[in-house]
Formats: sequence, C-alpha cells, structure tokens
Amino acid sequence: MNPNYLDFEQPIAELEAKINELRLVGEDNADLNLADEIGRLKDKSRTLTQSIFADLSAWQISQLARHPKRPYTFDYVKHAFEEFEEIHGDRHFADDQALVGGIARLDDKPVMIVGHQKGREVKEKVKRNFGMPRPEGYRKALRIMEMAERFKLPILTFIDTPGAYPGIDAEERGQSEAIAFNLAKMSQMRTPIISTVIGEGGSGGALAIGVCDELLMLQYATYSVISPEGCASILWKSAERAADAAKAMGITSGRLKELGLVDQVIPEPLGGAHRDPALMAASLQQKLVETLDRLQQMPIDELLDRRYSRLMSYGRFTD
Amino acid sequence: MSNWLEKIVPSLVRSEKKRSIPEGLWDKCPKCEAVLYRPELEKNLNVCPKCDHHMRLAARRRLELFLDEGSAVEIAADVEPVDRLKFRDSKKYKDRLVAAQRDTGEKDALIAMRGELEGIPVAAVAFEFRFMGGSMGAVVGERFVRAATLALEERMPLICFSASGGARMQEALISLMQMAKTSAALERMRKAGVPFISVLTDPVYGGVSASLAMLGDLNVAEPRALVGFAGPRVIEQTVREKLPEGFQRSEFLLEHGQVDMIIERREMRSRLASILRKLLHLPAA
Repeated sequence: MNPNYLDFEQPIAELEAKINELRLVGEDNADLNLADEIGRLKDKSRTLTQSIFADLSAWQISQLARHPKRPYTFDYVKHAFEEFEEIHGDRHFADDQALVGGIARLDDKPVMIVGHQKGREVKEKVKRNFGMPRPEGYRKALRIMEMAERFKLPILTFIDTPGAYPGIDAEERGQSEAIAFNLAKMSQMRTPIISTVIGEGGSGGALAIGVCDELLMLQYATYSVISPEGCASILWKSAERAADAAKAMGITSGRLKELGLVDQVIPEPLGGAHRDPALMAASLQQKLVETLDRLQQMPIDELLDRRYSRLMSYGRFTD
Repeated sequence: MSNWLEKIVPSLVRSEKKRSIPEGLWDKCPKCEAVLYRPELEKNLNVCPKCDHHMRLAARRRLELFLDEGSAVEIAADVEPVDRLKFRDSKKYKDRLVAAQRDTGEKDALIAMRGELEGIPVAAVAFEFRFMGGSMGAVVGERFVRAATLALEERMPLICFSASGGARMQEALISLMQMAKTSAALERMRKAGVPFISVLTDPVYGGVSASLAMLGDLNVAEPRALVGFAGPRVIEQTVREKLPEGFQRSEFLLEHGQVDMIIERREMRSRLASILRKLLHLPAA
C-alpha cells in the first residue's frame, strides 16, 4: 500500500506505480518507444481519479482534509503571499508552535496572517503539537489580530486543527477562557476578517480564529463541532461508526454551503490540494484578493454591523 | 467538547438509580451518602445539610429561587427547537428532543427570565442540565442572546447559571456557531458597561465553557463544580498520566486564576446583589 494515497485512492496509486515503472524501463532502453503507452496510462489515471473524486463520501472527504501531504498554512504563505515575517509569542508565557502568524503582502496589499500549523515529519509534528494550540496560541493570535486592528491591516486566518489541545497545562492556563475571549474580541475587531478552512476545522479550537466577515472553505476541507470519531463514540458508542457520524453532521464544504454556514467554496485540483499545492494556492490567492477588495470597500461600521448580523443569523428564529 | 456525554451519562444513570431506592420522600447525598428528607433538602436549595455538597438544581427552580418572589417573567419562551439537519444517530434527534421535553417539561436546555434581585431589575438565564446534558444548540444560543439584548437595551445586569456538557452534536456546525453568537452579544454588553455575571455550576464543559461561561465581568463558581474545556477522560487519554487531585473543580479554577470567587448557593442572592449594587452605583441595602 502506498502511504501517499488513501484507501479509496489505491487503484490510482497502482496505475501511477505502473506509469513510473514504464518510465524507468524507457530510460534504461532508449530503443523502446513507450511514450504512447505511458500517455495512454496517464489518461486512464486521470479518468479514474475523476470518477473516484466525482462521488466522495463525507468520511472520505474528512480523510482528505487530514491527508498527510495536504498543504498547511505555511505552504500557502509561501505560494500565495510575499514578504512574510513571522510574529512570535503571546508576551506572557510562550510561543505556541501550533498557531502561527505574521505580517505579509497579498497582491501588494499589507495583510496580517493567523493560522494553525501542523507538522509533516514526526519531529515537526511533535513541535507543532499536531496542530492543537494551547491557550498561549490563542492569546498570541489575539495579540497579532489586535495589532492588525491598530494598523488597519485586514486579517486573513487559516483554519486547520483537530481541536484545541486537551491537556492538563492547557486547562490550568485557561483554554476555555482563551477561546471565549477571542470569539468575543473578533466579533468587534475594526478591520476586515476573512477565514479560510484549509483542512480540518475542529470545533472550538478552529472557531477561535474563525469569527469573520467572510468564511471560505477549500473543497475537501471539513468543519464540525466534533470529530466524526468523537461523535461516533458518543452517539453510536463506537468510533467505528465515524463514517455515519461524518455524514449525519454534514461536515463537508458542499453541505455547509447549502446550509448557508459557508460563503464560498474553493475548488481543489484533481485529486485534492496536495496533488498540486501551487495551483491550489493560486486559486486561494485569487479568491482572497477578490473578497478582500469587496470587504475593504465597505465603511468599517457597516462591516461590523454586517458581521454582527451574520453571527446573530446562525440558527436564526423568526419572531 | 468530545467527551461530555461519556462523562455525564454514567453519573446521571447512577443518580437515577440512587434516587429510586428510597421511596419518593428520601434522597441520598452523592458525596457523604447521608439519607436526606427531600422537603428538607429542597428547603436547603438542594445543598446537603450534612456536608454542604451542592447538588444539581433544575433551571426553572434555580431562577425562581434566585429572583425576588413573584418578580420573574419568562422571556423568549416561544423559541423552540427545529431539527434542521434531520439528524439521526442510533435515535432520531427529533425523538431525543421529544423525550427530553417530556422528561423535563422544558422546550430546550436554557430558561431565560427577567425579574428583580433584591429589588434590582435583572435578566437571568439558567441551563437545564437534564435536557440533553444542558447542551447548547440554536435555541440555547437564541434565548441567551435575547436575554443579553434585553439586558443591554434596559441597561440591567445579566446573570447566567451554566450547567452544560458543551455544544449539541445533533445540531453540528449550527451549534458550534452559537459559541460565536453568544460571545458577540456579550462583547456588546461589555463595551456598553452593562454587567454580566457568569455563575458556573456543576458541570460546565466544552463549547459553553469556551464561550459565554468564561466571559463574565465576574466568573463565579459554586463549590466543587467541575469546569473545564476538555473532559477528564479525554485529557487522561491524551496525556497518559493521572490527573491531579481536585482537577477542574471550582477550587482548582480559583487557584489557577480562572474564576473570581466561589459562592455558596445559600449566599448567592445576597452576595451578587451586594456586588451589583456597587457596580451600578446604587446605595447599600
């Protein structure tokens, strides 16, 4: 089994392996003309990928959202922004490595970036605490966002976390309060905020940087109140029923758009963002530029009223 | 947020069993196991007269006891749950709602009232823990916000008694968004200088703890209430070590700077009234 491919992608992995093999044979034997055969297999692989990805289940999508090769915040920073300078620390306790931020340019405009950061190799994963911030992470994020407000820089947040870290130290330092305080402060921050769910939108730990004027979501990202496994183990009494839970909760971009909880869905390259991170970053960048242009044209008081009305409309009841 | 039911269901089951042993008029204190005469216990606000253990209190009764007699008027009672997602696990969400409504006599897990506290006009809300673990969905969020909005408009304090396992899974992302919705309403109150007092009662976890419950101008706890973001079981599984004694109890929170004070239930009215009179520049009682 190829670890770069998920279970349901294994037929694609087999074809790709065959193509690679033929390529190697072709390199060793210059007299053999394998180009036609390789071309034919490549077409086949593309068609196969298209057909598999045309009909993904919510559970398959949640696996894609957590794909080990999926681009993380820093990948988008690299491809979609210029002149990035990272800003460190909450000025009180520590510099959380699972929640990062800094100042950069988007299409020449100065912006502030805040995002969850996961690690790719074991060492990096541990350093990034698997993308699960502690209170100091949320407090750093708030400090950066308040700085953005002071200097009239728009805020772009990137959501990709399994959730806030459930640890003894995190509880001692007020994980709940750190999240709650961000929710309250972001609702009144006097600068445009755009949030994009780029991978896993895990519960309160995601929302703590997700109160915004416009919510974007990559096609194969997910956003939910609890992980499918967590929901299944509570409501079905078995984590094995995660696929059912994923479906029932409606955690995919398409479903959330239907429900009016997400504003824009950004299509991913064939096979998912990780198959072509540069292309993904380019379409993300374009959407961010467009959305920001639109939001920046609104007077700030109007923008804040709009933000508040949006928040109040979640689960709106008519009188 | 992932753990509230696991944590809460066993204790619910246990207390139900215990309650059924003596016939009707007797209760057993879950802490000191003293057998208590129920009318006596109720007169003592569900606080064990032997060991001062604070037992859970139904939301409606809590508000009736807290507000001046005859002053309470319910608000936002017309807001009732809607199963927008047609959610179904081993049971339909709709059926769970009907069962919870039958068992509690309430439409959802938050009761909101306006009334007076020692003559001070206030808005007060309380979570009904027996209603699906006091979980926060759209109705809880909307009722909370209506109470907060009324409090802001009339510049009267808002007091919230929370008791909740967190966000309601059956309303998925809609329930997560209630965290942002309630917090935004509280931020408006804060900017306007209208007091919000959050009273944490056993237990408060997950999405409720990580939003409205921690945003009080004052965060007050009842003695020995369990309050945290993640439940003890999830933390134990994550860190693979034993949790310290008294972890996530009110006293632990006080020690770690998360709550301002612990107030016994029998003193709640008088002490909050005295604090509010000072915040509002009213003369001493």
